[in-house]
Amino acid sequence: MPASGIAARADAGRACILSDPWTCGPPKPRPGNPHRVSLLPPPRAPRLHPTISAATNPQPGSSTSLPLDPTPSHPPRRRRRGRSTMATLLARQAAQALRARQTAQLGPFASAMQGHLRTYFNAGTPKRFKEDEEKEQLAKEIAKDWNAVFERGINTLFLTEMVRGLSLTLKYFFDRNVTINYPFEKGPLSPRFRGEHALRRYESGEERCIACKLCEAICPAQAITIEAEEREDGSRRTTRYDIDMTKCIYCGFCQEACPVDAIVEGPNFEFATETHEELLYDKEKLLENGDRWETEIAENLRSESLYR
Amino acid sequence: MSLPLTRKDLMIVNMGPQHPSMHGVLRLIVTLDGEDVIDCEPILGYLHRGMEKIAENRTIIQYLPYVTRWDYLATMFTEAITVNAPEFLENIQIPQRASYIRVIMLELSRIASHLLWLGPFMADIGAQTPFFYIFRERELIYDLFEAATGMRMMHNYFRIGGVAADLPYGWMDKCLDFCDYFLRGVVEYQQLITQNPIFLERVEGVGFISGEEAVNWGLSGPMLRASGIQWDLRKIDPYESYNQFDWKVQWQKEGDSLARYLVRIGEMKESIKIIQQAVEKIPGGPYENLEARRFKNAKNSEWNDFEYRFLGKKPSPNFELSKQELYVRVEAPKGELGIYLVGDDSLFPWRWKIRPPGFINLQILPQLVKKMKLADIMTILGSIDIIMGEVDR
Repeated sequence: MPASGIAARADAGRACILSDPWTCGPPKPRPGNPHRVSLLPPPRAPRLHPTISAATNPQPGSSTSLPLDPTPSHPPRRRRRGRSTMATLLARQAAQALRARQTAQLGPFASAMQGHLRTYFNAGTPKRFKEDEEKEQLAKEIAKDWNAVFERGINTLFLTEMVRGLSLTLKYFFDRNVTINYPFEKGPLSPRFRGEHALRRYESGEERCIACKLCEAICPAQAITIEAEEREDGSRRTTRYDIDMTKCIYCGFCQEACPVDAIVEGPNFEFATETHEELLYDKEKLLENGDRWETEIAENLRSESLYR
Repeated sequence: MSLPLTRKDLMIVNMGPQHPSMHGVLRLIVTLDGEDVIDCEPILGYLHRGMEKIAENRTIIQYLPYVTRWDYLATMFTEAITVNAPEFLENIQIPQRASYIRVIMLELSRIASHLLWLGPFMADIGAQTPFFYIFRERELIYDLFEAATGMRMMHNYFRIGGVAADLPYGWMDKCLDFCDYFLRGVVEYQQLITQNPIFLERVEGVGFISGEEAVNWGLSGPMLRASGIQWDLRKIDPYESYNQFDWKVQWQKEGDSLARYLVRIGEMKESIKIIQQAVEKIPGGPYENLEARRFKNAKNSEWNDFEYRFLGKKPSPNFELSKQELYVRVEAPKGELGIYLVGDDSLFPWRWKIRPPGFINLQILPQLVKKMKLADIMTILGSIDIIMGEVDR
């Protein structure tokens, strides 16, 4: 991994994903290549708050067992910074209300027990008003954790998070764009892309479609209409092949169903029109599309024939 | 709506359906007392397209292209459930390779969905920058999707008995490249977001749901796991080949919006782990069970017999559903996505009931926003992660 950082990696990743055709390039030996197998360490360890990093890695003693705890779930207390005292208190109040509701359901004995636990377990004075008790507890916790106090002070003083965030955005300011200027630049298309329809011909100029109507049958949106009759030379050909491009959902079933690769969805995706009628394609238009896109379509079908 | 009639200074505000932070076309009728929310009533149905009824008039195969329009940000999951339902109903086995491909696709889709949750969620609570960063990563996922399936969003890739086509040559290397790259991306997000004091003030303790509440409301997915309940269908009710990978259920105890954020961030990392393992371990073999394409009434025919009928390369429109019913579910990024399928010995399903996770999760919204401030509605709604396409169907 080059040391030029995430952005270079982004460009490299994008470039290698985008520009490299899917069908070329030798496969890299995956198992023997250690840096593919192992998770790379991040370029710089994120400075997580101890509470958060502890919370992201919970001790899943029972991660597979069913964790529905029949006892009322006490929202566990997270050590918070003093700055978020209000939010903490709000959350706790909500939790207390919930506990009160649950104890009311559980009956007097349970409520006595729970009250007992709640008041004495925390070693607070039982007679004191609950909020005061909570606040005091919180203040004690904060005061105990000198490290956190120090860190908080530094963060407040130097706006650490702000600086970190802004430096990240500033870095991208000087980076290369990941966007493309669409009408002038276009991203690569997969050979499997399903765009505008086309009816193909054989090299002799004979149209491929034999009017078997499998595409009409499979079409989920019923966008295809086919009429057929016998031609003078006795072959079965369509007299009418209409696709309502506004009904079509571009699922690709028609080209999958076609036994002679006549109807295909080509790589063209820029066929917007001004009126609805222009999108009601008839056989003439589809054959014309086929003639126009034959090179690309044939190439795509050739490369795809390995997979289907 | 129960209001004290004596109150005269209440204000009723319409949020949506065109409000930019309503994630589509959700409409909320919010009753306000100053800045405090007294009541909130969601109005749904602006994006109703009759998806369940459409299913009753299509064969399963024909319905496949439609399902990506339910949850158009976690598209692979809708396809997975659509093929899983008839597979379970008819007891169709899928090859291991197809199963692994599906797992890779599903987890990529989960990352894409969580990314597009993260960006708008941050935009809702006032941080615009991550919104642009997530699209950078999501774009790579969609490039991978396009290479494998042909489309970026409406893939139509899963088929009954397998997948539509094998992965292109070199795809897995690109996928691993993406995994390496994306792990750095997640680190970047955490650097930018997780410790930000403004962010913490907006989300900490907002939208608190206790574990019991979450169960009683039928919540699922990250909403449930953020409330301390380790319920992940990939572990609890394993489907595809999830039980062959080493990963952990992501969960938090707190139950507030911050916890839901942390769960989703953690899930993205776990998804990367699953993808890496799946790509390393993917077996060879067929990507599709051709038996699944046989006509049902020729089921007892001998292999290679004259009567043996299956459609070789092409999608068979004639997949018959036997007269049974079942409920199948997958763990979608938003929660439990389920299908209640009733067959009727015909080509069309008799009933196709969708259990969308967003719809169920949304129901807790009025209770959560009550007694909060107006601005907290955005935070809470954002942390629920709804997509109106699947809420309204």
